[in-house]
Amino acid sequence: MSGAAVTIRRLERSFGGNAVLNGVDLDVAPGEFVSLIGASGVGKSTLLKIVAGLDEATAGILRVDAGTKRPEVRMMFQEDRLLPWRTVLGNVVLGTRGREADGAEILHAVGLGERGDDYPAVLSGGQRQRAALARALLHQPDLLLLDEPFGALDALTRAAMQELLSSLLRQSPRTVLLVTHDVDEALLLSDRVIVMRAGRIARSLALPGPRPRPRGDAELARLKEELIGSLLHDEGTADTDKPRRVKRELQPHT
Amino acid sequence: MTDAVDKTAPARIVEQQERVPGLLRSVGWHLLPWLLPFVLLVLWHWSAVSGHLNRSVLPGPLDVVDVAISLIERGQLQHHLIVSLRRVAVGFGLGAVTGLALGIVVGLSTTARQFADLTIQMVRTVPHLALVPLMIFWFGIGEEPRVLLVALGVVFSVYINTVSGIRSVDPKLVEMGRSYGLTKPQLIWSIILPGALQQILTGIRYALGVAWLTLVVAETIASREGLGFLVQDARELLRLDVIVLVILIYAAAGWLADLLTRSIEARLLSWHPSYSSRAARS
Ligand SMILES: Nc1ncnc2c1ncn2[C@@H]1O[C@H](COP(=O)(O)OP(=O)(O)OP(=O)(O)O)[C@@H](O)[C@H]1O
Ligand SMILES: [Mg+2]
Repeated sequence: MSGAAVTIRRLERSFGGNAVLNGVDLDVAPGEFVSLIGASGVGKSTLLKIVAGLDEATAGILRVDAGTKRPEVRMMFQEDRLLPWRTVLGNVVLGTRGREADGAEILHAVGLGERGDDYPAVLSGGQRQRAALARALLHQPDLLLLDEPFGALDALTRAAMQELLSSLLRQSPRTVLLVTHDVDEALLLSDRVIVMRAGRIARSLALPGPRPRPRGDAELARLKEELIGSLLHDEGTADTDKPRRVKRELQPHT
Repeated sequence: MTDAVDKTAPARIVEQQERVPGLLRSVGWHLLPWLLPFVLLVLWHWSAVSGHLNRSVLPGPLDVVDVAISLIERGQLQHHLIVSLRRVAVGFGLGAVTGLALGIVVGLSTTARQFADLTIQMVRTVPHLALVPLMIFWFGIGEEPRVLLVALGVVFSVYINTVSGIRSVDPKLVEMGRSYGLTKPQLIWSIILPGALQQILTGIRYALGVAWLTLVVAETIASREGLGFLVQDARELLRLDVIVLVILIYAAAGWLADLLTRSIEARLLSWHPSYSSRAARS
């Protein structure tokens, strides 16, 4: 199976006393596509950055294992983060040497075959995200980390990008960890959906059948309700803290 | 918060480019900036020949041309011009390279910043022209004090803009670079310096102006060569035409330098939407 295996044990990360990740346990099998959902600020991006090596955990174990070789891990951010002073192709081959031909091929695969010599400034938002995806894919990563990659796109472009991603993954499978706010996207693309709550993994829901799944399936609709339910429950628990604190603060005045 | 809306104001008219026939319009467009200087020149000439202008106050353009020709024939103008240009070039080069190097080190390293920035900022507050007497005392009236003064004038504006340019590079781009496995030198060369380039160039352009200004002052004081000396000498001999000529040369040189840096900017920043109408590489 192609792709890296990820093992996370009791992972913690705090920012100056504020514990954001609070003992995360997660196993991702090689080639598995796992989606991560959860309320805003729950620590999804933080987790992804630690896995990408852009941030250090305060405690815990993280292992990314791609067999005998050093695992290639690439991250795609919510913003395209293309370098405005490099052409699209120059961006795609960033950090490599002599891979212009491969870069052009991948650009072709994401539908930007003709745009390699343009600067990012003249591309549309969706085209820029496709260029960013091409850049992430050029490295043939064993583990692909996607942090709300399509969040800023309109519904139509997003659907097209989801198609594109799943067809590219069909051609060359790899392990993917996707953070998304879009439950439909998670259900469509992944093998498993993980719900994060209070800096932990609260639920892990394996999805039936091969991906991508048909949109509008009855079983999926039920799962969606269930996931949204657990997300709402999350906000409920988050809110219970606040009134208590407010009450304490108000006491001297009453 | 309900300011009265002026209902009578005319609807905003969307500006449209007029479509005057191509070539004529393009030639006219490029000549337009020269119209005002030309009119002023004609006015100047007219005032001089018609006697409205007292020539002991301001000589006419033809007088200036005459004196230019005679100075060139005696080989003086070229000589002083070259001396001055050399001083500016050496001083500017020295100052720009130093400012750039200092700025890059301080911009990239928090330790270097903590160590050196305060000192540099304090030294910067001294107007460098105030050092003219000291420089002459130390170095006499040779080349060194002039070149050093120009360098001093240049170094800070390049330094400050380099540091702030580097500091203002989008940290998200740097983070992206790290996640794509760029080494530190690659990160600096591919992300940090290009990101800071626009502001560095702004600093350099400003520094060129400072360099000329410094040169004028530095040459006017105790000098035996250079355009500044020519002016000083002319003042003693009451040669107004020479003074006006040199002022015009200063203006032309400053303008040419600006033109040069602008074209370098346009070249280096061709990816930047505000520097080229077509961001695509042809
Ligand atoms: N560098 C940092 N310094 C201090 N606090 C941080 C830092 N990075 C993240 N945090 C905090 O960690 C918490 C989780 O942030 P994170 O970006 O991981 O959330 P998220 O789950 O990705 O949210 P969203 O869905 O809105 O993107 C937030 O409260 C945030 O303020
Ligand atoms: Mg996030």
